[in-house]
Parts: sequence; structure tokens; C-alpha cells
Amino acid sequence: MPDQLLFAMEVTLNGLMAGVMYSLVALGFVLIFKASGIFNYAQGVLALFAALTLVGFQNGQIPFAHLINAIFGTNLHEFGWHLPAVVAIALTGAVMVLLAIIIEKFVLKHLVNQAPIILFMATIGMAYFLEGLGDIMWGADIKKLDVGLPQGISETVESVTDSLFGYGFFIDNLDIVATVVAALLVLSLTLFSQYTKYGRALRAVADDHQAALSVGISLRFIWVLVWSIAGVVALVAGIMWGSKSGVQFSLSLIALKALPVLMLGGFTSIPGAIVGGLIIGVGEKLFEFLVGPMIGGATENWFAYVLALLFLVFRPQGLFGEKIIERV
Amino acid sequence: MKKTLTALALAMAAATPALAELVVPNLSYRTGPYAPGGIPYADGFNDYFTLLNERDGGIGGEKVANPECETAYNTEKGVECYEATKGSGALVYNPLSTGITYQLIPKVTADGIPLYTPGYGRTSAANGKVFSNVFNYPANYWDAASVAVKYLLDENGGDLSGKKIALVYHNSAYGKEPIRTLQELSKKHGYELVEVPVDHPGQEQKSQWLQIRRDKPDYVLMWGWGVMNAVAIQEAANIKFPMENFIGVWWSGSENDVLPAGDGANGYKSLAMHGTGMDYPVYADLKQYVYDAGKASGAGDQVGSVLYSRGMYAALVISEAIRKAQELAGTSAVNAAQVRDGFEALEITEERMAELGLPHFGQPFAASCSDHGGPGAALIQQWDASAKKWSLITGFIAPDDEVLTPLVMEDSAAFAAENNIAERCN
Repeated sequence: MPDQLLFAMEVTLNGLMAGVMYSLVALGFVLIFKASGIFNYAQGVLALFAALTLVGFQNGQIPFAHLINAIFGTNLHEFGWHLPAVVAIALTGAVMVLLAIIIEKFVLKHLVNQAPIILFMATIGMAYFLEGLGDIMWGADIKKLDVGLPQGISETVESVTDSLFGYGFFIDNLDIVATVVAALLVLSLTLFSQYTKYGRALRAVADDHQAALSVGISLRFIWVLVWSIAGVVALVAGIMWGSKSGVQFSLSLIALKALPVLMLGGFTSIPGAIVGGLIIGVGEKLFEFLVGPMIGGATENWFAYVLALLFLVFRPQGLFGEKIIERV
Repeated sequence: MKKTLTALALAMAAATPALAELVVPNLSYRTGPYAPGGIPYADGFNDYFTLLNERDGGIGGEKVANPECETAYNTEKGVECYEATKGSGALVYNPLSTGITYQLIPKVTADGIPLYTPGYGRTSAANGKVFSNVFNYPANYWDAASVAVKYLLDENGGDLSGKKIALVYHNSAYGKEPIRTLQELSKKHGYELVEVPVDHPGQEQKSQWLQIRRDKPDYVLMWGWGVMNAVAIQEAANIKFPMENFIGVWWSGSENDVLPAGDGANGYKSLAMHGTGMDYPVYADLKQYVYDAGKASGAGDQVGSVLYSRGMYAALVISEAIRKAQELAGTSAVNAAQVRDGFEALEITEERMAELGLPHFGQPFAASCSDHGGPGAALIQQWDASAKKWSLITGFIAPDDEVLTPLVMEDSAAFAAENNIAERCN
């Protein structure tokens, strides 16, 4: 098989894996938009906040230590424990639920029936607030995140492809884990929304707020629920991306990778987030491989948006989004 | 009532700190994606001036003030910070950003304020004949590129012909700086240069490292900043690229860059403009007058790190330039123009570095009207992941001036022509 074809196959596989990582971020956006019509600008920061909190719990870091030390002249930094990853993840999940309750109580509750742009602006404010809060709570230094996920080249994939094609493909073990986790996440979300009472309530609110309210579904509870789920999804995204690059403040910028995915897949579809992620992942990687060298490289950031825009020309609602029909 | 008001006014006057004579603004970034690099640098910068204030009563008896302005590594904000602080009598700027530096060069020149950009900024500013107010000693990007190639020449018995060197760079003005030099050096030494750009912020680099895996370069050089460095080192470890053949510029060689990759980063190398760690006598004074006195900048947890050391070194050079300016002007209350003269007449010897408590920390240099760039030598350091420590593995390596000087002259001449600048120092 020609080398270029083999390389293209390797790039495609890696594009699919990268697409899964983008989808993990896009999922959080979709969940909140679907249930409340809010485009949650703070989703990337939620992932950052979750990852910071997770590392903080794991390493026994004292939250607000810098602030406490500055005010009281103390020299506190750590509790002196190191929590197992599972316990730290569970505690962080609880914090994300608590955060959802706080967001509902102090922000969303006061903005019921406001125009979507007002809610969007509120999430911009939340993003800046949470970024600052994360900084004050846990510090801005870069932190290593180690929850025991494997990283590095998959020897199995390399040896199998080497025996098949005479060229060992590179696939990162972390990307394989991310794919499995994303599949489990989508399966759980689907089962939850299809077969549980609260899942059905969530779908009812997503379909029609007024109708859901008229049959006694608590909008406030649903908002807490959906922001909690989005918080947990942000935690998963934070773990995967944080394991790659360490936990630091540019983690919030992963949201930029989710936007073309949402444009392409649609803001209201969970399968759309997955398929959109895969198309963006493969598209940008193949474009970089085939065309990048001719035009100086570094094409991925902008090409993802070009690809999404091309899709929008033909399907403005995205691949799986709900068609907007407005009657005059 | 009158008595109360008078008492209140007196109390306020007493509570207000005395106006410092020497204002050295700190254009820092403690927030945003590049904060992990900006914080230690800003802390080292502030702590050194605090030491001078607390131990020596300032410089030449004048206290130094370092009003901080947050740029978030954003060029527009950096320019705003400059405009907001220059009226306070700012003596010198050190913005720790190549983008901000490019914007400030015409402004500081017009305003008569010196701009100090050690190891960053516009490389050809080393030519003082054109850039009257910019100083980038002791070394610049092109020096770094040349030193890296010279090190590789040493590693290969003086011959790089037939070798392939990949440059992984931040796709910005900063990251593109070494390309021209590396291209010229490739003509001289016969290696093949492969350019691999990475877009801001560099969180996702799969394509780049798949390309490196396919191209199999003998060496990878990196011009990165922020999260790009950590991700690149992790990806290099993932594809099993030999870490000892991976060399970053000095902005890709801090603890922040290697710690996230854990053991995978072991053996990674980077250039260094100066020593690092706390094995220098100055730290005894810093401990006594700054840390133990509760006057450390920020959280006080960055002490001794690579970028803390760099911030401290920048502050040291600035303070020595101010001292020189005081000596030349015959007054302690110097202005920006006099400090510029101080920068131009500055000489820092090894003996002076030892007196300042930092023996063998930086290279000796002497500036002049035409030479604002210094000798440009650099060290190579290597990361030991188990000890979590950088170790210097070479002495100072001088750059290849035969190649660099014409490049500096060419670029600065183009700048002079574009801006109608007449050469000085003739």
C-alpha cells in the first residue's frame, strides 16, 4: 500500500479520536441548550473549574489558601493528604452539582422568561466569574492531572497495523479511553432521558417549557438537573483534556474547539455533537495533512470553522438540529 | 470639626506611602492562558526590587515602585497599560511579550523611554544605531537559534549535513522569529529544516506530531509559550521521540513545561540565558528581607523557578542600568532619558554579578551605542524528571555572529528605511 495512503489512514483514525475529544466538550453545550435554550458560554470554564477542583481535592490543596494567607498572614497550602482518584472525582462531581444549584438560585431563577440573549450574557458573566473564582481557589499555576489514565502510543494498534500494512499506526491510549468514555456517556444520557422519570421530564421541558410547566414539572429543578449533568460532562472533558496538557487556564479555550462541532451537528442533538465532532476531527486533520503543507500549515483552527460554515450553507440548523420554522 | 478634618488629613498623609522617585512599571500577566508563565516572572521581578528597597533603601537612596498592570499577554491591553502608566514617570518597560514589544517600539522611541526585552521582542533591536531606545541583551531569539544549531554541531562532530531538523513553533510573530536564522544556518551547515507551526494556544497538536513521526527528523527545536510547550513535550513522549534530541528555546524551558508530562519529559533540553535554582547567595538576602518579612510578591510559591529567576535577572539588569544612569547623571532622581543612557553604557562583569549575589548566573556583557544586544551566548539545560530539576549540561555557547550580524543589519536597515530613521553612533 502506498505510504501516503497509509499516512492518510492514520491521520483519519487520529482525526476520529480528536473528534471524540471535541464532542466531549460539545455535549455539555448541547445538554444545556436543549433543556433551556441557553447557549452556555461558560461551558469551557466549567471544564477548567472541574479539573482545577479535581486536582485540588486529589492533592489536598487548601482552597483559597493564597487569599487566607494574604489576609491572616498564615502559611497554609495543603491539608497533607492525597485522595484516590475515584474519591476526588466523586467529590468534584458533588461540587459541580452544588455549583449547578448555586447558578440556578442566584442567576437563572432571576432570568426566567428573559430573552435568550440576556441568558447568554449571563453565562458570559458566569464564565469570567468562575475563571476568577478558580484562580483564587486553586491558583493559576499549571498542575499535573493524574487519575491513572494510560497515555502514549497504543502498542497493540501499532503492532497490529505494522503486521497488516508494514507501518505501525500511532493511536494515543488516552484517545482510546476518551472514545470509550464518550460512548458510555452518550449511552448513559440516552438511557437516562428515555427511561427515567427525570429524563422524560427533561425532554418535556426541552420540547415545550409552557406545556411542561402546565403538567407540574418544576422548571427550576430541571435547570438544576441539566446544569448538574453538564457540570459532570465538563468534569469528564476536563479530565481528558487536563490529562493531555496539565490543568491550566487555557483549558477553558477548548470551548473554541466545540463551537464548529455545534454549528455542524446542531445545538439540540446529542448524536449531532458526536457526529459533528467526528466530522470536524477528521476534516481538519485530513485538510492539514493534504493541503496544510502547501499553504504553510496550522490550518486546523480556521478550517474547522470553514467546514462548519460549509455545512451551514446547506443545513442552517446543523446536521441533526431541529429545523426552525417561524410563521408570520 | 476643623480639628477633626486637620487630624484626618494628617493621618491620611501619614498613611500614604512616600512617593517613590524611581517608577519601573511591571506589565505582567497573572490571568489568562499564559498566566503560568507570567506569574513567576512578575514575582521574581517584584521581589528583586523589594529586596533593593528593604535592604539598600532602593537604588542610590531612591526607592523603587513597581506598579503592576495586567496585560493578560494581550497586545492591545499591553499598549493600554503603557499609556496608563507612562505618565507616572515610568523609567523603563519590560512587557514580557513580543507582540506588545513590537507595538511599543515606536511609542517608547517617541516618548524617550527605554524598553528592555531580554531574550524576547524584536531581534534586530540589538542594533542600537537604529533602535535607540530598545535593549535586548544579553541574548535574543536569533542568538538562541544559532546556539541551538552550534550545540547540535558539537553533538555531531561539527557536521549537520544530511540531518533533518524540525522547528515546532507558536504560529505568531514570536514563534516565527527564528525561521530566517535557521534557514540561513541550514544553507551554511547543510541540514534540512522542516517548519511545523502550531496555532494558539496549542492545546491540540496531534497533526504536528504525526507529521514529525512520519518525517522522522533527527532533532526537534521548539519555539513555544504557554500550554503549547507542555502539550508538545507530552506528544513527543507519546510518539517516543528521543527527548535528548528535543530542544526548546528558553521560553520553552520552565518547570511548567515539563512537569505535566511527568517521567515522559525526562531528558528534554532547553536553552537558558541564566542559571536557575536557589543556590545563589542573593537568596539569603531575599529570605531575610523579602520572604520572611512577608513581602514576597504573589503567593511566594515561585521562588527559584526558571521564570522567577528570569524575572529577577531582568530586574537586576534594570536596577544596574538605573545605577549607571545615576552615576552618569550625577543625581539619584534620574529620568527616563537618563536611564536610557544608563542602559547604553551598562557593563555587567562576572565580578559585579558575584557582588550582587549571583555568581556565574548570567554572562558578562557591555553595551554600547551600537550594541544593544550583548554577546548572545546561551547555556543548555536538561530536565531530570525524577529529581524534578533542571541541570546545566554546557557552559555558555556563543552564537554564530558571521551569520547573525548581517541578518540583524539587514532587518534593522529595513526598519530604518520604513520609518525614516537616521543611523546614530557614527
